[in-house]
Amino acid sequence: MVSFLDRLMGRAPAKGSSSKAKERLQFVLVHDRINLPPEQLDAMKQEILAVISKYVSVDATNVDIALQQRDRDSLLVAEVPFKKRREGIEQDDPAYQLSNVEEETEPTNAAPQRSSAGNATKTTRRRKS
Amino acid sequence: MGAKVVTVTSGKGGVGKTTTTANLGVALARMDKKVVVIDADIGLRNLDVVMGLENRIVYDLVDVIEGRCKLRQAMIKHKQFPELYLIPAAQTRDKSAVSPSDMIQLTDQLRNEFDFILIDSPAGIERGFRNAVAAADEVLIVTNPEVSAVRDADRIIGLLEAENKGPGQLILNRVKSDMVKKGEMLSADDVTDILAIRLIGIVPEDEGVIPASNSGNPVTLNENSRAGAAFRDIARRLMGENIPLVPVEENGGFLKRLSRLFAGSSNGS
Repeated sequence: MVSFLDRLMGRAPAKGSSSKAKERLQFVLVHDRINLPPEQLDAMKQEILAVISKYVSVDATNVDIALQQRDRDSLLVAEVPFKKRREGIEQDDPAYQLSNVEEETEPTNAAPQRSSAGNATKTTRRRKS
Repeated sequence: MGAKVVTVTSGKGGVGKTTTTANLGVALARMDKKVVVIDADIGLRNLDVVMGLENRIVYDLVDVIEGRCKLRQAMIKHKQFPELYLIPAAQTRDKSAVSPSDMIQLTDQLRNEFDFILIDSPAGIERGFRNAVAAADEVLIVTNPEVSAVRDADRIIGLLEAENKGPGQLILNRVKSDMVKKGEMLSADDVTDILAIRLIGIVPEDEGVIPASNSGNPVTLNENSRAGAAFRDIARRLMGENIPLVPVEENGGFLKRLSRLFAGSSNGS
């Protein structure tokens, strides 16, 4: 009865294929508009993360870099949380960071072990000259 | 005064550009506007048959541009509305016979005599499209509530923005209210969410449209046609009148109107 009333009032959520159409269109138009295929966008995200990781240590499991639409403008919105800093430990070897980032973004369950191992081993600052 | 040049385009073919141009032309003429409609689809002439003027053609757009006739000679007066004219496309030529600057010159010659110059664009994004929008003061993008048509509309909007003609206004054509209600068709809100441009009209699917073009009398001449009423509303909006947009799914039926009444202003967008 409630749903009937909702439908009568035009409040029923779209359940059919139209919501799928909308989602798919939104995805495809984001890429059409910036003329960048998904795999290149992923590569760009990884490079951005690698650059950030050169300077600060990033909590790669919680990174969110995504294209958004604001009216007819496309923008890249990045949420890049930093890792909590441990006393006396620094880590910014770019080679390590890049591979670390790539692996951590895939399965989240494998990530904690890996990053703590990374923290323990990478303690020297080699990149400065 | 000076006419407003309005181009009707879409990207995708078959969404209703020519039907829209013909109907807006007739609807504006009915409201005593001086109107000329130009078929810019060189090689695929169609606006003449939709308007029922095909057997009066002597000269065409390319004849004017190439100087084989005077502009007036290519303008075909409508049977019913003496202030409505058609300039037909050439049928045996292609788009390269016309350039964007030709279109600007042509419309400049017409601007002083008319209130509206409507240009029916060919499908696609190439030369024919650029010809059709070159002179436009305003661009109407026709689309259907389907993924392919909406995607192409987005591409057109991007191109219009790049040419400083954009973003244009949207006509959502062939909306089936029962399918929208079932969630099986994109609604007007969905499409405007996606395209983020202003909607100037929602035209319901209407079985009267095909018989109308069969007989060469645009459907807006039929007082009982819902699509015809939607085209008349768009014509009024082009004239600057403020006619509220009513989603097709709420357009008819006592129950629906009753429910709209109960839902009050929250439903008004």
